[in-house]
Amino acid sequence: MSAALIILAGLGAWEAIVRLGWVDELILPAPTQVLDALWTDRGLLAPDLATTTWEVLLGLAAAIAAGALLGIAMHVSPRARRALRPLVIGSQAVPVPGIAPLVVLVLGFGLAPKVLLVALVCFFPVAINLYDGLRDTDADARKLLRSLDASRWQTLRMLELPSALPSTFTGVKIAAAVAVIGAVFAEWSGSDSGLGHALLTANGQLATARAFAATLLLFLLAIVLYAAFAVLERRVVDWTPRSTPGDS
Amino acid sequence: MRTEVEAPGVEPRDVSGGVTVAGVGKAFGAVQALDGVSLRAAAREVVAVVGPSGCGKSTLLELVCGLQAPDAGSIEAPPAALMPQRDGLLPWLSALDNAAVALRIAGVEKAAARAAAHEHFAAFGLEGFERARPRELSGGMRQRVAFLRTLLAGRPLLCLDEPFGALDALTRGQMQRWLAEALQREPRTVLLVTHDVEEAVLLADRIVLLSPRPGRVIGTLDVPLPRPRHRTETDVVALRERALEALGG
Repeated sequence: MSAALIILAGLGAWEAIVRLGWVDELILPAPTQVLDALWTDRGLLAPDLATTTWEVLLGLAAAIAAGALLGIAMHVSPRARRALRPLVIGSQAVPVPGIAPLVVLVLGFGLAPKVLLVALVCFFPVAINLYDGLRDTDADARKLLRSLDASRWQTLRMLELPSALPSTFTGVKIAAAVAVIGAVFAEWSGSDSGLGHALLTANGQLATARAFAATLLLFLLAIVLYAAFAVLERRVVDWTPRSTPGDS
Repeated sequence: MRTEVEAPGVEPRDVSGGVTVAGVGKAFGAVQALDGVSLRAAAREVVAVVGPSGCGKSTLLELVCGLQAPDAGSIEAPPAALMPQRDGLLPWLSALDNAAVALRIAGVEKAAARAAAHEHFAAFGLEGFERARPRELSGGMRQRVAFLRTLLAGRPLLCLDEPFGALDALTRGQMQRWLAEALQREPRTVLLVTHDVEEAVLLADRIVLLSPRPGRVIGTLDVPLPRPRHRTETDVVALRERALEALGG
């Protein structure tokens, strides 16, 4: 509730500053002008939103698959851990705006480089949170399974994976929130649609209000994706105190 | 293993096996946990191992269960089912599925494992809680689910590590009576680790007393009392006092 008030107050102040002529509206359009651009340019922006959403969804799916494979591989095999961990961590030092043009050069202007760059940004929180979750299991439950002669696979399936689900969801939610960054950089390096592309062309045409409208859509896309995974988490991880606060 | 898979039940494969621990020592780095510990449990005998906190009691059970190897001495024991100190229930599984965990690991189909576990739910006072998650159960019920899971492992030896240590005094008393009855129905060889001398006297046929770390056997007490026992009986009180005195309490 108070968050809504703060946002409303901020928007009101913003609107006032522009309307009073304190800043040029080519540099900073008022919120109502952004909404106006969103509505009048909806025919232009809707396909861009669809393109970027699709890139982000595919990229996230690839990131979750790759992150899960890496996290599990690093957990079950010390050799894989030694080989992969430096690469996984190092991958996050790669400046995405720097390599995006190279990826586009190699993979072309289609969907592939966007999906790859989204996945590059997103796999890390998934892999690391899953990996940590797999190691952080209840010592007594682990003892119990060992005493029952559970195989490595049974221990993974019955104990470690369910126990790692909450932290994995944390990783997936972080990934969902930052996924659009990868898509936008990829689109900037070469594409003819998508919100990143819309942002670039709007800037070129000094259509600042439309650029803000595209940014607003990116903002909303991240929030909706995050919320979707949060809802999924509450359905899947229904045994932790978080799902029923005040009960434990 | 296969034969047991086809006939899931609580009957152990082999009840003849007693336990022999001879001169066992175990150190963790510079810390000597156990030193020259010897004890025996005949088949279907309940032996309590009592000692102060940190005397290596839990380590002893892990050695008997084969989870760790001793540095010195030898251990002869039939296959054992461990009931860990905190219950070790899996929070995402229902009470029924937790009780059936051992059967599932042994390869029993889900439906068959659940059916086998469910047969005991009424006798364990768990009826109506089949689908409840562990956090929805009381402490006593959690311990009963954990004990049922231990029993359903179908092993001749049960290793119980302070099964009631986390319960309040009232519930603990109820659970001790309940365990005594359950063991009369389903006799097993039991190693019961506890720091509660009274619990040992109420439940065990024999009590092995351990010293503070490094754990050494400082005495053995036979408990030749008829069951059911009650904490206020003179014989029980007398034995409890003897045990406490031997422990230096």
